[in-house]
Amino acid sequence: MSAGHAQFTRATLTLGPVLYLWEGSRWRDFYYRIADEAPVSHVCIGETVCSKRQHFYEPYLADVIDRLESAGKQVIVSTLSLITAERESRYARAMIGDGGYPVEANDLATLGMLAGLPHIIGPTVNVYNSATARLLAARGCVAICLPPELPTESVRRIVAETPEVAFEVFAFGRVPLAISARCAHARSKGNIKDNCRFVCGEDPDGLPVHTLDRQPFLAINGVQTVSYTCQSMLADMHDLMAAGIARFRLSPQCCDMVAVAQVHEDVLANRIAPEEGIARLRAIYPSAPFSNGFHHGKEGAAWIARQAAATAPYADHETDMAVS
Amino acid sequence: MELICPAGTPAAFREAVDAGADSVYCGFRDETNARNFPGLNFTRDEMAEAVSHARQRGVKTLVTLNTFMRAGQEDIWYRAADDAARIGVDAVIVADFGLMAYFAEKWPAQRLHASVQASASSAAAVNFLVEAFGVRRVVLPRTLTIDDIARVSRDIRTEIEIFVFGGLCVMAEGRCSLSSYATGKSPNMNGVCSPASHVRYRREGDELVSILGDYTINRFPDGEAAGYPTLCKGRFHVGEQDGYAFEDPVSLDVMDQIDRLREAGVSALKIEGRQRGKAYVAEVVSTLRRALDASASERPAILSRLCMLSEGNRTTTGAYDKRWR
Repeated sequence: MSAGHAQFTRATLTLGPVLYLWEGSRWRDFYYRIADEAPVSHVCIGETVCSKRQHFYEPYLADVIDRLESAGKQVIVSTLSLITAERESRYARAMIGDGGYPVEANDLATLGMLAGLPHIIGPTVNVYNSATARLLAARGCVAICLPPELPTESVRRIVAETPEVAFEVFAFGRVPLAISARCAHARSKGNIKDNCRFVCGEDPDGLPVHTLDRQPFLAINGVQTVSYTCQSMLADMHDLMAAGIARFRLSPQCCDMVAVAQVHEDVLANRIAPEEGIARLRAIYPSAPFSNGFHHGKEGAAWIARQAAATAPYADHETDMAVS
Repeated sequence: MELICPAGTPAAFREAVDAGADSVYCGFRDETNARNFPGLNFTRDEMAEAVSHARQRGVKTLVTLNTFMRAGQEDIWYRAADDAARIGVDAVIVADFGLMAYFAEKWPAQRLHASVQASASSAAAVNFLVEAFGVRRVVLPRTLTIDDIARVSRDIRTEIEIFVFGGLCVMAEGRCSLSSYATGKSPNMNGVCSPASHVRYRREGDELVSILGDYTINRFPDGEAAGYPTLCKGRFHVGEQDGYAFEDPVSLDVMDQIDRLREAGVSALKIEGRQRGKAYVAEVVSTLRRALDASASERPAILSRLCMLSEGNRTTTGAYDKRWR
């Protein structure tokens, strides 16, 4: 473990935005419970996938923010990942204008609007190197959730070369892989985006895409495509924390997210071993197999088992990669 | 409107110039460009020769440096940037903010175009790139309708280039990790999508199975033409049905909308296909050149022959038509 990073503080957890279309009241109650029970320091709220969904959450937004703030959570307002329509730009501008909460940019449009204001860069903005990270920092970004596709070598280097920014990695959840102007969810039910009838609401954890051989592969979430697998960084959190990662992002899925947060917190605090954490996580979210291939520079769907480290479980080690 | 043609090799480059291209775009032979395929692209010397060949004929050379710099190995991209600028290319097409900033600082006179991989899909996004890096032209992603393009065009102070013919990205460009999810190699990081190195075909009874990484992308019964297993154009099982979940095996063709595109403020039309052979390039470029120069009434007859050159012989207007969404 490098002795670097003088200001070594323990990493905390961020709850990412709900990526799926959940019923308004379910969405509100989810965040209420997070506020009351989840050991997370930061909570992102706001629609990031499809602007047509925004009205489902708007009636509850103010109450949810109040509840989260009363519970001491740092609220972050997340914005759309793909802004094309003028009204979507206006909406993002209004969110920024509201002030009070740091905004997370997931698209270049929002990034431009946020120049000079303290803000956060979400995982769908392409930060692949420290030249980009430093440039964004100079424009006011204080934290960056790095793209899930980034291998650990890149993560380490960017973090080391950009001390002015707090870095976050995508640690739990189906990975956002792509976004389109076309809605594959509507298409799957014979509709197009303009008359979608909000069919994505029927699949609150994503609509699985299997190969023709019935092998699970991807999942559709409206205009977004996510992985079928659930990314988990549990086995690598200590290494990443030592490398200077400040926060780990947990992306809401249909499972007990308070329990998910607790497992991550327990691993971070060394109360349980990562292997024990993974076993618990499997029980909490049995719906999808875990993956961490992106992190290891392999195909994102792969699960690279950590070789059992005999004596010093969290010491620095050479990982012998084995794709299972 | 400027007609921009692809060249994967010096031979294709000369074909494109001869066939009537206003500009030709091409990349260096490494991972700095998004068509990093074996046997393709240009050495530094070949690039210098191409630029000079084109310039003598009044044709511009645009160099793609449109992948994202790998942390720790930025020098590969910086060297390519320096070489492109020293060779005197007419413009560089860039996606990475860090590399855009490098050009703005080190080669401020170098004309900078924002690659489609930069993902600027709104006026606000384009203006960000103009203000931050002095971008002179933006290649818009294939996520906008023609009406959207017209609105963007009104609110920006830079030229607009769009793809009009050839391969079609179904997902917003520069924001897609589907390929690396299945293979570990992605357009953003490695300049490849659904790479041939990870493609296999297997015969099962009377079906040909196409496979990418560990995943079946399609099954073709005897008699059905087998296409390349590009991930987003595969056949999958969703809900209760087998079908093309994201897009059919089609390619893009909006050449029948030239007049609307011009009115929308588009100043440059781009043909996809740096991986294509010189015969394809010559045929497509000369046909589109004639179509551009012809009157609206003459155009359909000229364009009709292009259908034979399209993927699966089928084309789509993609997102340029609202109903595609």
